[in-house]
Amino acid sequence: MKKEGQIRIPSGCAISAVISKEGRRMTGEKIIESMIPMHDRSNGLGGGFAAYGIYPEHADLFAFHLFFEDEEARHTFEKLLKESFEIYDAEAIPIRIIEEITDIPLIWRYFAAPLPSVLRRQQLDEKELVVRTVTRVNSTLRGTHIFSCGKNMGAFKAVGYPEDVGRFYRLEEYEAYSWTAHGRYPTNTPGWWGGAHPFALLDYSVVHNGEISSYDTNRRYMEMFGYRCNLQTDTEVITYMADYLLRREGLSLRETASVIAAPFWSTIDKLAEKDSQQAEQLTYLRKVYPSLLITGPFSIILGFTGGLMALNDRLKLRSMVVASKDDKVFIASEESAIRVMEPNAENVYAPMGGEPIIIHVKEGAY
Amino acid sequence: MLQIQANTLDYRALNEKIRSAREDCLITDCLGQRFIADGLQDHTVTIEGTPGNALGAYLDGAEITVRGNAQDAVGDTMNDGRIIICGNVGDAVGYAMRGGEIYIKGNAGYRAGVHMKAYETKQPILVIGGRVGSFAGEYQAGGTILVLGLHTDGKPISGFFPCTGMHGGKMIFRGDVSGIVFPQQTTSHKLTAADMPELRPLITRFCALFGYRAEPLLADTYTVITPDSSNPYHQLYVAN
Amino acid sequence: MAIDYIFPTYEVVRDPNRCTVCRICETQCSHQVHRYDAGSGQMLCDEARCVDCLRCVSFCPTHALKIKKNDCAFRQNANWSQKSIEEIYKQASSSGVLLSSMGNPQAYPVYWDKILINASQVTNPSIDPLREPMETKVFLGKKPSSIQRNPDGSLCTSLAPQLTLSMPVLFSAMSYGSISYPAHASLARAAQVMGTYYNTGEGGLHEDFYGYGENTIVQVASGRFGVHTKYLNAGAAIEVKMGQGAKPGIGGHLPGMKIVGDVAKTRMVPEGSDAISPAPHHDIYSIEDLRQLVFSLKEATQYQKPIIVKVAAVHNIAAIASGIARSGADIIAIDGFRGGTGAAPTRIRDNVGIPIELALAAVDQRLRDEGIRNRVSIIAGGSIRSSADVIKAVALGADACCIATAALLAMGCHLCRTCQSGSCSWGIATQRPELTARLDPQIGAQRLVSLLTAWQHEIKEFMGGMGINSIEALCGNRAMLRGIGLTQKELDILGILHAGE
Repeated sequence: MKKEGQIRIPSGCAISAVISKEGRRMTGEKIIESMIPMHDRSNGLGGGFAAYGIYPEHADLFAFHLFFEDEEARHTFEKLLKESFEIYDAEAIPIRIIEEITDIPLIWRYFAAPLPSVLRRQQLDEKELVVRTVTRVNSTLRGTHIFSCGKNMGAFKAVGYPEDVGRFYRLEEYEAYSWTAHGRYPTNTPGWWGGAHPFALLDYSVVHNGEISSYDTNRRYMEMFGYRCNLQTDTEVITYMADYLLRREGLSLRETASVIAAPFWSTIDKLAEKDSQQAEQLTYLRKVYPSLLITGPFSIILGFTGGLMALNDRLKLRSMVVASKDDKVFIASEESAIRVMEPNAENVYAPMGGEPIIIHVKEGAY
Repeated sequence: MLQIQANTLDYRALNEKIRSAREDCLITDCLGQRFIADGLQDHTVTIEGTPGNALGAYLDGAEITVRGNAQDAVGDTMNDGRIIICGNVGDAVGYAMRGGEIYIKGNAGYRAGVHMKAYETKQPILVIGGRVGSFAGEYQAGGTILVLGLHTDGKPISGFFPCTGMHGGKMIFRGDVSGIVFPQQTTSHKLTAADMPELRPLITRFCALFGYRAEPLLADTYTVITPDSSNPYHQLYVAN
Repeated sequence: MAIDYIFPTYEVVRDPNRCTVCRICETQCSHQVHRYDAGSGQMLCDEARCVDCLRCVSFCPTHALKIKKNDCAFRQNANWSQKSIEEIYKQASSSGVLLSSMGNPQAYPVYWDKILINASQVTNPSIDPLREPMETKVFLGKKPSSIQRNPDGSLCTSLAPQLTLSMPVLFSAMSYGSISYPAHASLARAAQVMGTYYNTGEGGLHEDFYGYGENTIVQVASGRFGVHTKYLNAGAAIEVKMGQGAKPGIGGHLPGMKIVGDVAKTRMVPEGSDAISPAPHHDIYSIEDLRQLVFSLKEATQYQKPIIVKVAAVHNIAAIASGIARSGADIIAIDGFRGGTGAAPTRIRDNVGIPIELALAAVDQRLRDEGIRNRVSIIAGGSIRSSADVIKAVALGADACCIATAALLAMGCHLCRTCQSGSCSWGIATQRPELTARLDPQIGAQRLVSLLTAWQHEIKEFMGGMGINSIEALCGNRAMLRGIGLTQKELDILGILHAGE
């Protein structure tokens, strides 16, 4: 049977997130609990979390999280990494052995910084070097997969129910100002942990619910720019699109949302009567990035250093609920998931299709 | 007269300046800028230096003078106007020219006047003071090409295969054409008095532009090449 | 001479019980097949002249006529078909080059018919086009390589000029001269009503149609007929014709007898003289010359019009397209080997060029491999016969499709392939006034609009079925296609999996 990445496995899911606008750290317990009422949206074949602000002592270093099939693969990787990076720390990611999680690969993390001489020689900035290194490793190295590579953040994922995955990774021991979570319902047995969500590249992480019909159009456009859709998942291509539009093209979060969940022409035409400049900007984005429009149902939560963006497809075919309490903002596929995290959650509402919800953490607090 | 110094301008900027000018222009320090005066309908443009390719393409009434040589594709698909080159031109001068006049003091390269065509009052004229390269007047469908052979380097007045595919118009060579092989679908005759009214203004104008005396040229011998019949291209087809 | 005799291809069968000798067939036939015989009081026919245009069959008020293939036959021979034998006879008696009309009719594979389309189910929903928005609007033109911002931080919205189509279909080039004035009028009007474009072909633009300029693509072919600045600025875009699918590599020749009246005036060629378009543009001998031509046109029209470069699908079309994309062209139009024509040598039409399905897939993939797919839009043509073909073409990577034969069929063509005779009984491929009068542009335009409207609805149904509600999300979406009965190599070139995978 083909491995994930060799074929495309569509899936449905559950997502949730919590973020503190004040930058107050939270342990992983609450986010893990939020997945419990949504248990039936998953089928136990994938779960994962992203956490921001968890490595304050290594805040300036890139934290690479990896799966290895065996020690030989790990040694090969380490040698390759040393060519361009200085490794400050490396260790197996602490886990808790539980019966629900089986077939465990080697799971490691490396804290590293790009060598200045390499950056100068290749005339790259550090983010671009990291992206290229990750693309190279994930496309060519046997039995090696980098599943997280941002600064002061990390993704944690496995094959299993999310609440089990959370316990497995001992997420109660981490403190983050922002957490996202995902439970997966793939329609085939994935052979590998890499296909679980979130998908992460630099500090962008995406958890996603839905199956997009525009996948191959999006993929074939992104691969023009050096990205490699090795896993053939929607989440992977959406993360690349975010990296491309935000980091490389310099679009704002709102503009990015206007590309991937662009309003209908009839909506833009109506808007033109009131705000012609805005209508012109929206038209321009649709003309310039037609292959980055996402069609099909989706709910995504994009995590990044200092914030989150939640977005639905413009027909709002997946559920998403947002609420807040004090400094915290909660997002989830179901209200019950939010109530688990905060029984007294306020301002509960469902955003409109195509309407981005952007939450920033107070400047300096992260 | 608007003077434009071209040495710091790329062709797009230079052409915008010319288009928006409300008066005649003098361009100095021109070096390789392409597409100068393309589609231009009015004013006069004088160029010092070496303009780039496709000078005066689709020209539609303006007049261009180059005080020096020009490059390839001068007057490509020209519809109206005048181009005067006080030097040589490169290849493909006057391609598909439909109207207007091109006067060249020196030599023309290959494929001069290819597919030149005429229609009613639009009778294009291409006058070359020196020699032409191979494939001159290929597919000529109308208009007049006059080659004077005033060059002094001893090379033949025409290259190989002139007038192939000619099916209209005429090509006139001054002097001895015995060394040139013309295609079977064309016919040649020595210039007669009946042809003079057409030839005279071309020679007179050429001489006035470039400082030659007209009388000796008017008295010279000329050979006129025309297509053999009005539809020589009877590639035989059978309906299938 | 007996040795020359080729038995008629068709038999005209008249039901004597139905025929009322009304003589309508006689007036309608433009090939002088039917005649009234006063002596017998009956209709006679010269079936040797019949071309199976079905005009008489359609107009007979009692439906007394039918056209059959003459069953007089050569001995059965799988190698020497009747056609190949007769073609030898024709050439032995005339020394002529075989000349045919319309697209390649030979039995080569039609890849459209071996490709299947996806529908969403269970894991991903279909969308109901009746209830929910389904967008088929397409922009053709160059997209920028990066965004620019105004000083106030807003996006700078200036773009290279774009064509706006209400649906991914436009009309291909058909010259005035190869088709009639009312045919052009029908196309122009239909393009305007539907919000798409038609193409002048190399016959120039008749002055009556300048008013449709916003929906017109003006063509610059090697002969440059009728090309002047007013013409260049009249249309919405300029198409440089480097080749066409029906006759790749060779030029065109409209014989003097067709250069009459307004055709001559529009082409600016004297009446009765031939209009020859040489095979190459004699000012384009290398790819950098194409760049020069493209920019000379941009300069002459002050960068207001997108430039389309039209090429025939040949073996190295992917490399050619890459060169065109880098030449400054805004749009590439690829014409497959099934493309139609008013007249082309039979042998060229039937043996030169490659199918558009393969060419399109190869070009789209090559441009992506080189990272330049967003520099140009791609138009695919050369036998697009239905909305299914359009959907498949878009999924393979086309931004839009162009149709010509389908448009002619809508206007009444019956694909008898006798255009080169200039006696089209339907008033389309002719200049004879008594025949062109038969095509009412109002009706022609209406039928074209109906065809495109029907296709647009079908396209929306397909899209809805796939869960896609904006056509741009289908462009290049190969995962929506599967092959059936294709070899692995064919699947690889098309970039699709086999049904079942």
